[in-house]
Amino acid sequence: MGMTITEKILAAHADKDYVEPGEIVDCRIDLAMANDITAPLSLEEFEKVGAKKVFDPNKVVFVLDHFTPNKDILSAENCKRIREFSIKYGIVNFFEGGQCGIEHALLPEKGLVVAGDVVIGADSHTCTYGALGAFSTGMGSTDITYGMVMGRIWFKVPESIKFHCYGKWQKWITGKELILHILGMIGVDGALYSAMEYTGDAIGTLSMDSRFTIANMAIEAGGKNGIFHVDEKTIAFMKEHATRPYTVYESDGDAKYKQIFEIDVSKVGFTVACPSLPSNAKDAGELGSVDVDQVVIGSCTNGRLEDLEMVAEILKGKKVAKHTRCIIIPATPAIYGEAMRRGYFQIFLDAGCIISPPTCGPCLGGHMGILARGEKAVATTNRNFIGRMGHPESEVYLAGPAVAAATAIKGKIVRPEEVI
Amino acid sequence: MILKGKVWKFGDNIDTDIIIPAQYLAHTDPRVLSQHCMEPLAPDFAKKVKSGDIIVSGTNFGCGSSREHAPLAITGLGIPLIIAKTFARIFYRNAFNKGLALLEADISDLVEDGDEIEADISQGIIHCKGKEIHAKPIPPFMEELINEGGLINHLKKKLEG
Repeated sequence: MGMTITEKILAAHADKDYVEPGEIVDCRIDLAMANDITAPLSLEEFEKVGAKKVFDPNKVVFVLDHFTPNKDILSAENCKRIREFSIKYGIVNFFEGGQCGIEHALLPEKGLVVAGDVVIGADSHTCTYGALGAFSTGMGSTDITYGMVMGRIWFKVPESIKFHCYGKWQKWITGKELILHILGMIGVDGALYSAMEYTGDAIGTLSMDSRFTIANMAIEAGGKNGIFHVDEKTIAFMKEHATRPYTVYESDGDAKYKQIFEIDVSKVGFTVACPSLPSNAKDAGELGSVDVDQVVIGSCTNGRLEDLEMVAEILKGKKVAKHTRCIIIPATPAIYGEAMRRGYFQIFLDAGCIISPPTCGPCLGGHMGILARGEKAVATTNRNFIGRMGHPESEVYLAGPAVAAATAIKGKIVRPEEVI
Repeated sequence: MILKGKVWKFGDNIDTDIIIPAQYLAHTDPRVLSQHCMEPLAPDFAKKVKSGDIIVSGTNFGCGSSREHAPLAITGLGIPLIIAKTFARIFYRNAFNKGLALLEADISDLVEDGDEIEADISQGIIHCKGKEIHAKPIPPFMEELINEGGLINHLKKKLEG
């Protein structure tokens, strides 16, 4: 029996020729990552076990991106603690201040993840790196401690679900609309414990940025990982960014899938996920009049250059609606700099947007854009659970960059053609 | 081990933002976290729940973030066990790593808030409303891990050995 790309990567890292779904494997890891929220708990466990060193100071990564720039004293204390740990144990990839971006945009950009890797991170959106043909998944702080010390971790080999995507994309439609569409089809536990594998011509025509967006939201279907095959776009991305060699794995023709979905992407419209589940998918055009108090464009899902480019194109020469706040968060310092050089910042400022430093901030209701009782937001982020961005009676609609930008102009949820 | 406790019932897809909202995540102390457990959905929960009470839920309990603060907020209240139809996978691992027992069984429609139930954790047998329900068995690998005192004790032994 053949193996899927996910099974092959896990087998290689467990030094086995063959693995199958359900099997428990003990794998070498290429990277263990934690952030300013999850690392403090990892470090507590690290001290408890009396570890003297990390398995490899090059392969443990800390990114202080959630409550930074520090939102309060406690957050500052947490960051200080991680900084001191990083100095003590010689952690090479410690990111804070002006070097810091949103972890899942930053790590691929820094070339720290390549095709064929096994990466674990104490953040549920660690599944983002599947866009590069790597196996990556989120875990809790204690599992990360084990990985940090041993350089290994146990996995249950997941079953795989294949999403075969074909057809021509409509204008302004991105990976975000596709993944929201898929969540609408299969639900928030539709891929529970499973690998979500993407194939087909329509994936080949997608940018790397859009692929990161799709892989990023595997967790919103309960998935263990999202994964893409390596093609010339992946290789070009790695040539530009990677710091070490990569390994390409391909799914066998007779690999076994739990389910196979055929998706005609020409039928994917401006999907929006209504409160309070990412699977609550509707078309932006069928929502009626939803007044919006805040628009957030950013996050590990949609804070990349392609997203900002689309938003700039739509906002150019337009104004954000009165009484609507539009916060734009370039995900990394490099994206920030490039958006500035390309003139997007002037467009955003002229339109009346707020440009935030890279931070997870409002996505998880941390800081830098919290909602009051009864307020509604459209966000290019990944979750719209009850109270996600602030007050429990506030609401979040998830959308792609084009709908978010158009919504900022109109002050209510609209399709982009209504403002162009 | 046999646990007896009163039921607190929750629905499907109880996410980690409900279990412990992000605004409290700079804290790591379970006693502090627990005071905000389930706050967006049931603001009085932390005040009313008693040590030893049991959470019963539907599908996909613990979906969302990887925050280990979620099982800590629950164990901080003295809740030893959650019985749900299914659990989200990161939460499942985190709960075991933090000493919170989980049983996969569909008893949500059988019980009401305040009902007294009994569960044999190691056998995976639940007694409620005069019925005996068998939970989905815990994977043998995880059972071994529990017998060793959890992942951190397992790691400790490796480092000492």
